[in-house]
Amino acid sequence: MVEVKDLVKSFGHFNAVDNISFKVAPGERFALLGPNGAGKSTTIKMLTTLLKPTSGNLYLNSHDVIKDKALARKSFGIVFQDPSVDTEMTAYENMQLHAILYNVPSKELNTRIKDLLELVELWDRKDSLVRNFSGGMKRRLEIARGLVHHPKILFLDEPTVGLDAQTRNLLWDYVNKLSAEKNMTIFFTTHYLEEAETNADRIAIIDHGQLLTIGTPSKLIKDSKSKSLEEAYLKLTGKAVRDEQANPHDAWRERQRARSMR
Amino acid sequence: MKAIYYLWLRQIKRFFRSKSRIVGSVGQPLLFLLALGYGLGSIYKRAGDGNYLNFLVPGIMAQTVLFAAMFYGAMIIFDRQFGFLKETMVAPTSRLKIMIGGALGGATTATMQGLLVLAISYVLGFRAAHPWMIPIALFIMFGLAIAIASFSSGIGSFVQDMQGFQAINQFLVFPLYFLSGALYPLTNVPTWLRYVAEVNPISYTVDAMRWSLIGVSKFGIAKDLIALAITIVICIIFGLNRFNHIEA
Repeated sequence: MVEVKDLVKSFGHFNAVDNISFKVAPGERFALLGPNGAGKSTTIKMLTTLLKPTSGNLYLNSHDVIKDKALARKSFGIVFQDPSVDTEMTAYENMQLHAILYNVPSKELNTRIKDLLELVELWDRKDSLVRNFSGGMKRRLEIARGLVHHPKILFLDEPTVGLDAQTRNLLWDYVNKLSAEKNMTIFFTTHYLEEAETNADRIAIIDHGQLLTIGTPSKLIKDSKSKSLEEAYLKLTGKAVRDEQANPHDAWRERQRARSMR
Repeated sequence: MKAIYYLWLRQIKRFFRSKSRIVGSVGQPLLFLLALGYGLGSIYKRAGDGNYLNFLVPGIMAQTVLFAAMFYGAMIIFDRQFGFLKETMVAPTSRLKIMIGGALGGATTATMQGLLVLAISYVLGFRAAHPWMIPIALFIMFGLAIAIASFSSGIGSFVQDMQGFQAINQFLVFPLYFLSGALYPLTNVPTWLRYVAEVNPISYTVDAMRWSLIGVSKFGIAKDLIALAITIVICIIFGLNRFNHIEA
């Protein structure tokens, strides 16, 4: 369902992603883990057509991401690391615009939006401006929005950052249900290792742009002779703290989000 | 088509929801009309050129449209900062449609602001020479708005923050406006200023506005419209080119 082949992205002399290859099966829940600056977000950006790879091939739902952009784009939904809703529009309008951009048939548009907004418990707030939503509500809206066009693959880039335990639970319950009932492929990144341990069928750990290991959580623990995934992860990636080179917009949004979570 | 319509609608809705933007959009032109129109009116009359307010209004309308349409580029920067731009960038809708929808919306709100200034001018005592020609002025304003909204989407695509965008406004758009003959007649100005005005695309729009509203033209309406058409084409090509190159 997701295929990454010899993927390279360099910025000048620096290889942010350095020759990575892996495959994700349909319906699989796949976690991409790694320290800050390991290349997770760059990989997701390339998979979701936001960045052009320097070399290598990418396939989503067997569509070539570089050559058949439009088809590849129809195949996935995404919840970005930073908020990406229009705060000056209502929840319904955000959903509606998304549905239009993804060419959802107008007959189904209304029922789909209603079902999804009810599911994330925002239907009674559909006509409120998103500006007035809390961080958790915005996240729920973004998940609902990412599903309007019935994607085969759902990308979640650190979806639970800044959410309370209740909302985190709700989110994972729902995501696991999507994968079990609709056979949706889930591709996510997170810094919370226990989240990956419970919610991923397979985990890939990358660092310095390279794939260190890939396998089921229990295999990763066994292979590294560790007691937990966290121990295995630290053995592989070391204990040194990393600085991420964020671009100014990410840093700015980070501050906005911190403010809205308060 | 539907995508273009909804992206257009988004701009319209956002405009009407922002009361401060509506008030702000007429504040500056109103100040220009009052301060310059009344302040310089008597000198202008003494120089033998007649009613300055009448002369000024078409220029101020062009000014309103110019800066309002430039604001569309700022909207792209806001969308980038608030993350919404990414939502449209990963959608299976072509960048061409996304830019056209947004720029049409930005151009529509800019034209509405120009019309609002015309209405205010009527309150201040302005009268069009031939009221039936006001639709022509509207058409010219929309042409300018399309050109500038496309141009500003190009700028908004590669300028990363509001400071950079303001710098472009300060060093490019303000000079273009002040050297366009919007505020003074180009008949007796120094030669260098006349040359600058003649290569300045805004001059021709201001001239066309004046032609349609007070029946006075320096370059001739044919030349004005050709210049406006060329400006629109160049600005759209520039805007599309830059917008196509956005990477997140």
